[in-house]
Amino acid sequence: MWITVVNIGWAVSALLVAWMVYDWFRIDSTYSEATLTSSREGEIEAASEKHKL
Amino acid sequence: MAKAAQASSSAVQRVSLLRVLGPAHVWALGVGIVLVGEYTGWNFAADKGGTLAALIICWVIGLLYTSVAMIDSEVTSTVAAAGGQYAQAKHIVGPLMAFNVALYLVFAYTMLEVSNAILIADTIKAYAGEGFTDWHYRGVIATVIVVLAALNYRGVLMTLNVNFVITAIAYLAIIVLFFSVQPWSQGAVLKLGEMVTPENALPYGWIGVIAAFHWGIWYYLGIEGTTQAAEEVRSPARSLPYGTMAGMITLLIGASLTWYICASLMPWQYLGFTYYPLLDAGKLTGSAALETMMFVATILAALASANGCINDAARAWFSLGRDRYLPQWFSAVHPRYRTPYRSILFLLPIALAFAFIANLGQAITFSILSGILQYTFMSINIIKFRQKWPLGTIRRGYTHPFHPLPAIVLFILCVVTYFAIFLGYGAQLTAMVVFYIVMSLWFHFYRYRYVRRGDQFTMPWPKPNGY
Repeated sequence: MWITVVNIGWAVSALLVAWMVYDWFRIDSTYSEATLTSSREGEIEAASEKHKL
Repeated sequence: MAKAAQASSSAVQRVSLLRVLGPAHVWALGVGIVLVGEYTGWNFAADKGGTLAALIICWVIGLLYTSVAMIDSEVTSTVAAAGGQYAQAKHIVGPLMAFNVALYLVFAYTMLEVSNAILIADTIKAYAGEGFTDWHYRGVIATVIVVLAALNYRGVLMTLNVNFVITAIAYLAIIVLFFSVQPWSQGAVLKLGEMVTPENALPYGWIGVIAAFHWGIWYYLGIEGTTQAAEEVRSPARSLPYGTMAGMITLLIGASLTWYICASLMPWQYLGFTYYPLLDAGKLTGSAALETMMFVATILAALASANGCINDAARAWFSLGRDRYLPQWFSAVHPRYRTPYRSILFLLPIALAFAFIANLGQAITFSILSGILQYTFMSINIIKFRQKWPLGTIRRGYTHPFHPLPAIVLFILCVVTYFAIFLGYGAQLTAMVVFYIVMSLWFHFYRYRYVRRGDQFTMPWPKPNGY
């Protein structure tokens, strides 16, 4: 049983890697680099917390 | 002119990590990463110092990690950013410390992920029988790492929902095993009095207890990983302390139950040798149902740990990219799934390569060493944090009690653990310290020129004391 499960595991892994790589290229070609890397640390804290006690 | 600049800035759509997690997810991340340590690893402390040493270490290292959890909860409920201890180090100590801490995090979690994948492959191989070749062994490793990476790629909410379910099942399995062996009736199944006697309780004396610190870390290694979720929890000030402290309480109970079951069923020579103390305990009860339950629970615990490690390593790597400590390319967030997808994909082949070439002992030791370096930093970090921003100057989600006692306890226990690691793995300890020194030189003399120095400090805090 385990041998069959592992062989299926190899196939599933190959499919998932193919999907992730495809999605990666699709996203990178759809969106600009500025948008993808626009995340900034502390955005919410800066907007909501003034640290006044 | 000003209008044009405004239009240009608003034209770039902002994509950030998604705030969707609650305290239960924080618990699932922390306990999920750690629980595998009850299923394997802690028991090697018995090999170093005997069964009683494993119990002493369970509680002493419990003290170390309670200090870690308290300190972490205070700082992270204030510095709520992905990267966890990395972001703390950056704001409180400085960039070079932060770079090192991020490396500790990435190596500790990636090596722990590798250890978990190897453990699952070893466990399945032990039960698979004839015909299970190296191809199948590697197939298990590849499946574990790739499927969990895909889950992490797809979204943090689903990833930690899965972790919550499988961690809860693996924890319940320990509780079920505990009650199945009738702990209220010594002699029926459990034989603690026969297994642990005054003659064999500490076979190497107190130096054995010191040596056991190395593997005692495994009882709780990774609970500090809860802080990596800081940027994705809905209420960091509430969820992080609550989830982390609840996780620590869960683990202290789980570790004590695990020791009691295993110490009452196995002599110390075997307990310190086996890779599967809880699975073996299930076998020794003579119940096929309990053995099957512990087999499944071992695999689930390792899966939960690997899953949490992928989550945490990717966030630490992502944070380094966001501050340009590494190429900014790594700081991309998936616009649909809102995950650090490039960091997840980059670390995937690295984990696979280590899992195919490293052995379990090396991977675990690499992970432990990186963890201890990080805890040493935390003891210094909290002292500086309280000096620079005393109580009352900034809002804290949680304030840990008895300061500076937890920091001092943490530092002393870290020093003892270095000594313990040096006793068994002196060459690895030295090699690793040399590695971090080389990386620090690279960062200081080469990489730091690319960092936008003003942009990296993001917390809206008042000026620190003394500046």
